[in-house]
Amino acid sequence: MYMALWRILPGPLWLRLFIVLVLVAAVLSALVLWVFPAVLPFVSTQDATVQQ
Amino acid sequence: MRRTRRRVSIIGVLGELFITAGVLVLLFLGWQVWINDRVVGNEQKQEAQALSNSWDKGEAVPPATVDRADPGEPVVAAAPANAVVFATLIIPRLGADYTRPVAEGVGLVDVLNKHSVGHYPGTQMPGAVGNAAFAAHRTGWGASFFDIDKLQLGDSIYVETPDGWYRYVFRSFEYVRASGVGVLAPVPQAPGATSTDRILTLTSCNPVYTADERIIAYSVYDTWYPRAGGAPPEIASSPAMAGAAG
Repeated sequence: MYMALWRILPGPLWLRLFIVLVLVAAVLSALVLWVFPAVLPFVSTQDATVQQ
Repeated sequence: MRRTRRRVSIIGVLGELFITAGVLVLLFLGWQVWINDRVVGNEQKQEAQALSNSWDKGEAVPPATVDRADPGEPVVAAAPANAVVFATLIIPRLGADYTRPVAEGVGLVDVLNKHSVGHYPGTQMPGAVGNAAFAAHRTGWGASFFDIDKLQLGDSIYVETPDGWYRYVFRSFEYVRASGVGVLAPVPQAPGATSTDRILTLTSCNPVYTADERIIAYSVYDTWYPRAGGAPPEIASSPAMAGAAG
């Protein structure tokens, strides 16, 4: 899958690397800005209180 | 030059998807523990600083003199409505700029996830005879009590309200089950006993990153500083109290 993505990238090696870096940065930004905050309420249900 | 084109196999794609999913989970965990807690914790600190500033009306509060007159019995405020922020919690041991807002109630969504520290409804208010109990997250949502186990005997814990600063002195830890509500009694673990001490009880998750047990930190009232008489010398010039207004 990733190999196929790499193959369809145009240009010489440095351009391909640059495109990959930009793509990775875009994915990471989207995760941190929108995906992770949206997921957080569903996984972090730790309670810090004492109760019966 | 080019190697023979390998077909994209279903197994190969599936494997890469699984690896990707694993990396995403690790990224999420790292983000939650190392990045988000700092970002959210910083927001909560700024909320508390803004609150302190609003009580000071933006003016610098001079430190109280060492030989100040006996402040007498501390003023005890009435319990506010649920989710209303009414105090800040300043703990120098947890950082020179450590201050967090305290709201009434211990609901997850409306208080602990939002304002950091919650005051157990039905427990006493700060300064009162009996037990004022607070809760906050150990991990996630700012992790206000992440370092609570670093408290040492004699450490100052200040609760600031519009009336002034209540100074409590840390005394001991206790570890209980999540059902251990005895720690909230006016005399902790002695339900029905008549209280004569003023106690501050902090509760959080234990061990860190899990929620199996609760860590309890008990502090005992020492003195209070009416706002008109100046701030406690220990924190008067602390960055915890110096907010946006400086």
